[in-house]
Amino acid sequence: MSKPKKMTLSRKHNLTGWAFLAPGALLILVMSFIPMIRALLLSFQTGVGANMKPCGILNYTRMFQDKVFLQSVKNTFFYLIIQVPIMLIFALILASILNNKDLKFKGLFRTMIFLPCATSLVAYAIIFRSLFANNGLVNLLFVKLGILDQPYAFLTNTFSARIVIIIALLWRWTGYNMVFYLSGLQNIEYSIYEAAKIDGASAVQTFFRITVPLLKPTILLTAIMSTNGTLQLFDESVNLTNGGPANTSITMSHYIYDMSFKYVPNFGYSAAMSFFILILVAILAFLQMKVGDKRD
Amino acid sequence: MIKLKKFGMYLFLCIVSFISVFPLYWMVSAATNKSAEVISGRLVPGTYFMENLNNLLATQNVGRAFGNSFKYAAILTLVSLVVCSLAGYGFEIYHDRGKDLVMNIILLAMMVPFVATMIPLFQMVSKFGWLNTTIGFILPTVSTPFLIMMFRQSARSFPHDIMEAARIDGLSEIRIFFQMFMPTMRSTYAAAMTITFMNAWNSYLWPKVIMTDTTSQTMPMVVANLTEGYVTDYGMLMLAVLICTLPTAIVFFCLQNAFAEGITGAVK
Repeated sequence: MSKPKKMTLSRKHNLTGWAFLAPGALLILVMSFIPMIRALLLSFQTGVGANMKPCGILNYTRMFQDKVFLQSVKNTFFYLIIQVPIMLIFALILASILNNKDLKFKGLFRTMIFLPCATSLVAYAIIFRSLFANNGLVNLLFVKLGILDQPYAFLTNTFSARIVIIIALLWRWTGYNMVFYLSGLQNIEYSIYEAAKIDGASAVQTFFRITVPLLKPTILLTAIMSTNGTLQLFDESVNLTNGGPANTSITMSHYIYDMSFKYVPNFGYSAAMSFFILILVAILAFLQMKVGDKRD
Repeated sequence: MIKLKKFGMYLFLCIVSFISVFPLYWMVSAATNKSAEVISGRLVPGTYFMENLNNLLATQNVGRAFGNSFKYAAILTLVSLVVCSLAGYGFEIYHDRGKDLVMNIILLAMMVPFVATMIPLFQMVSKFGWLNTTIGFILPTVSTPFLIMMFRQSARSFPHDIMEAARIDGLSEIRIFFQMFMPTMRSTYAAAMTITFMNAWNSYLWPKVIMTDTTSQTMPMVVANLTEGYVTDYGMLMLAVLICTLPTAIVFFCLQNAFAEGITGAVK
């Protein structure tokens, strides 16, 4: 008598659990996984609007002959390879300085360095665009100091446009990553640092021998997140340089947007390019996790 | 030597802090100055605020955009918190093999870049007639793996004895959630709220795709519109940027710790 009753109770318990998680899980299924599969199917079709017909791998072969797309891949990797390491190292150094117990005004410094995260992406992109404009403050300052003879068109020269994007990204995201490291450092016993100090370890030694190894999981996480974010850069490319000059600073997401919603919509081709990003994200995350594991 | 080192450390922190704060200070100062004064390099707040405001209101319907953004972000935050906390709670409190498997699949969705789902999502939203609507805005991000994971982590610390006691008292499962879990997890909700609101307010790509009608445009979209055209009125532009930054800045200053916990939340 008691056995069947117990079973129905645990069954009820089980079903209640599913009921709790169903709305959230179904929404992710419908809003993430199904669209992803539909994008994959779409990437093998071509046409305008609803008139789509199969085209095999044409979209994928076209992608590798499309100069603007290849440029956007190069640009995105340029941002990734230069900006992400600088930002993470800088954030790590700042966090380990701010973790010092004897430091005064710690909270104030933390708030100020964290402050850029309070601005929206569009807002900071426009602030930096204004600062680096031909008649902007940076040019004014450089001319006054005699570094430049006349204003330099930072945003309409390819190399400097990319550098401005990197500077802006560093400004916006360094404090964000620093917060991760600060919270990670709180889990490390402070006595380890004090012991190292007594043993005569220098700040640099402490940093490389204690801070970096113990923060490894957090560093791995921030590296994966930053890589993921950089591969999807959009707001900055649109609002800082508008992809210019002549698409030489455009990012992949920006180009996909233009292809889908600005020019004659070509959803099939856009879907193929977006799938390329998906594969890149997956490969890079996999590689980073491999590297992260090895150093154990 | 030690003193010199200490001095160097403080100097470094001061420089970094200055660089972090200066662009925002410049934004505030420019918003109160005439465009010509901004260009000539004036760095102190001026008296041109009202004129900039009038110019801005004459150019773009900032009030409507602000209201739209606020409405979208508030509804998204509210629904998202309920849906994700229910799911996180369900995954943890009733966990078994099947649910753990589903949770792992959901975590995979974290790696899916938004552009990879954007076009099918756009097709779906337009098919159902949800372009220019709040529901269209909230659907793709109302349930996120990040928030579900965060609530799942916090449910781990929800004491089992209390639940058992409540069950014996005859409280239904859903009432345990609303009357006991929600009030005890206030700090998790605060963290989740700040991060969700900030992300919703700042989102740009998705609204740009689905808000095709000017009357449903969001604040970031309107600010971005202002940069089109050949001559830029910096005073007016920076005022718009300032207005766009204000809500997130307020959230940041009032709930800084909750925000810091929100971005790192699911990690612990």
